[in-house]
Amino acid sequence: MKPIISMTNISKSFSGNKVLNDVSLDIFPGEIHALMGENGAGKSTLMKILTGIYSKDGGTIEVNGATVHFKDAKEAEHAGISVIHQELNIIPYLSVMENMFLGKQLTYGKTGILKTAAMKKETKRRLSQLGIAIEPEKTAGDLSVGHQQMVEIAKALATDAKVLIMDEPTAALTDREIETLFKVMNGLRKQGVAIVYISHRMEEIFRMCDRISVLRDGKYIGTKPIQDTTMDEIIKMMVGRELGDLFPDRDKSAGKEFLRVEDLSGPDLLENVSFSVKEGEVLGVAGLMGAGRSEIVETLFGARAKSGGKIFIEGKQVKIKNPFDAKKAGIAFVTEDRKSEGLILGMSVRKNMSLPNLKTLSNQGIISSKREKASARNFIDRLNIKTHSPEADVKNLSGGNQQKVVIGKWLGINPKILILDEPTRGVDIGAKKEIYNIINELTEQGVAIIMISSELPEVLGMSDRIMVIHEGRVARIIDKKDANQENIMQAATGGE
Amino acid sequence: MSRKWTHTLQTAGPLIGLILIVIILSILSPSFLSLNNILNVLRQVSINALIAFGMTLVILTGGIDLSVGSILALGGAITAKMLAGGMDPILAVLIGLLAGGIMGAINGIVITKGKVAPFIATLATMTIFRGLTLVYTDGRPITGLGDSTFFKMIGKGYISYVPLPVIWMLIAFVILLFVLKKTVFGRGIYAVGGNEEASILSGIKAGRVKIWVYIITGVLSAFAGLILTSRLNSAQPNAGMSYELDAIAAVVLGGTSLVGGRGWIFGTLVGALIIGVLNNGLNLLNVSPFFQQVVKGGVILLAVLIDRRNK
Repeated sequence: MKPIISMTNISKSFSGNKVLNDVSLDIFPGEIHALMGENGAGKSTLMKILTGIYSKDGGTIEVNGATVHFKDAKEAEHAGISVIHQELNIIPYLSVMENMFLGKQLTYGKTGILKTAAMKKETKRRLSQLGIAIEPEKTAGDLSVGHQQMVEIAKALATDAKVLIMDEPTAALTDREIETLFKVMNGLRKQGVAIVYISHRMEEIFRMCDRISVLRDGKYIGTKPIQDTTMDEIIKMMVGRELGDLFPDRDKSAGKEFLRVEDLSGPDLLENVSFSVKEGEVLGVAGLMGAGRSEIVETLFGARAKSGGKIFIEGKQVKIKNPFDAKKAGIAFVTEDRKSEGLILGMSVRKNMSLPNLKTLSNQGIISSKREKASARNFIDRLNIKTHSPEADVKNLSGGNQQKVVIGKWLGINPKILILDEPTRGVDIGAKKEIYNIINELTEQGVAIIMISSELPEVLGMSDRIMVIHEGRVARIIDKKDANQENIMQAATGGE
Repeated sequence: MSRKWTHTLQTAGPLIGLILIVIILSILSPSFLSLNNILNVLRQVSINALIAFGMTLVILTGGIDLSVGSILALGGAITAKMLAGGMDPILAVLIGLLAGGIMGAINGIVITKGKVAPFIATLATMTIFRGLTLVYTDGRPITGLGDSTFFKMIGKGYISYVPLPVIWMLIAFVILLFVLKKTVFGRGIYAVGGNEEASILSGIKAGRVKIWVYIITGVLSAFAGLILTSRLNSAQPNAGMSYELDAIAAVVLGGTSLVGGRGWIFGTLVGALIIGVLNNGLNLLNVSPFFQQVVKGGVILLAVLIDRRNK
């Protein structure tokens, strides 16, 4: 069989930095090909070159044996290469059908009058081909993220896509939606569509993909058929060394109870949520997407209105009406969505890091730039944040380093309680391990940690106790020694 | 072009523009560069600049304030009426400024607590404050302000050659420059404009930052009203009409982003100077006032287009 896409010796530099160095990659029809590598390894750059968003400095790209030079994404699309981005390109106020036919509406000749009925029928047909039933007239923004993604896939297939590039497609999906997506992907594979699958989730890759290619520091490391390799081998290829145990051991045992939450309730979802966290303890929070995990910590942090419940710190009741109060009580909150909630993307690393901490970095409201710079330097070193300068805009950092900036900004207040909502989402495996080490360092210092995660291995590996949430209530709190994937999933889905 | 270069060019862009305009005008009109004329321009600029400084803070938070012209009118009218009634001039001035602050606070509270979009909220208060001015003055100019030297000095005084309004403008500029660069409050302004959600989740009281920004703008607008009242020796009920547009134009010409989070007060000063210099130069060149508007609008458009290009 001949490859549908063949990239040979691709090179690319940005302002003198070589981000891709002689990278070659073949994609065959009907395969799901995982592209892996740490953040900054060059995966997205390679895909952007393939889809014509960036121009390449050297090398050749062949599609079906013919050399191509895409000048923009539209040309790549015409050649049958489509991308499903992590951030979906759905226009929320338009209907599913309008989204599907955006820019290529069916009209009566050149009159500009729309053939609504025909488009409706076609939309329905394409979605049902994927095994999805969505009303074409539904407003796209009202759909679940999973369904929005299906609309995008259907839209891509409508342009006769032969190659689909999927960038972290499961990041925002519920477990059930992931299953649907995988079913659709299997169907596409049978039809001979090639899928390039970019993800940090090892389990998914080993379940779904046929071959794995690894990039590291802009270089091509190798391609392995899935049946001939192991997770350990892939991780080693990605980080260039043995990583050791992903979840480092903690030898310190938890101290006395530090935070107690009693009967926390919210106006729409939470019902009588009670739990406690000890000094130096990690309380893992598991549950399905939409179960109310984030709502619990947002309510605790004062970012969401509560309808009832009490919060005690060291036995004393505290009133938390807004995040300012929470911060004063020594609570730090690393939010789930770092781009919209955690960072001010257009601001420098230094300014982002000092944001919660301006009070201690200033005298009478005047910021001490000396202390601010020293503090930024300190956390950049301590958390090993890779940025060419503290003055660089935080939006130029990779996902893992952005996440470390968010963690760093909260360490500045010397928190007693640290809430982590999906701390390693979209973070590569090296940075992941660094974050786990930071968590352990903090527990050493007696910080009480609440960690929400959708990755069960992470919850199991890092927590002392695991609180499982089901439909806004605490379904079960399980000790580490009794916990396993089965009993967590059972509690999360409402089973006994 | 390297990143650093584009950056410098972008920040220096408004200044280069101003210098170019000054050079062209001084060639076309010999009297333009005389000390007298330059001080004259600076004095004319000061009122717009004071308002535009406040507007810069508002726009940095991602908001806008259309009510500045009405605040200017009502603030001036209140002080004028009290002066006419024989009140102590210092007290009368303080009450006028306080009135400006209260009007700003109303804007801020409606926007933050009432969650009304700044454009709509201040469009409404612009009309309300203007209406109140008309009610308060009965639609007639207030004259007979007495002969307090203190009050006359505000708009008409000089320190050696320099008109006092220019001094007020420079003082406000230096203070706000410091506030924006060096204080927790200033950092809060940029943060709230850059990402309000993230700012709140960092424990910044975004609502409070915004209310204060509108209060400052209200006080500065009322102060501009006092300068105008002092200069004209009367308060006009329709003073400050469409001043909000000149202020916004100065902010935009200075390179501050209307989306919020990015910008600087120095740019606004330059922007106000560009507008002032154009007004003055076109007058000297005997360009018809009708056509002057076309030129002014064209310059604003050109500046924004160049700015887009660089991005």
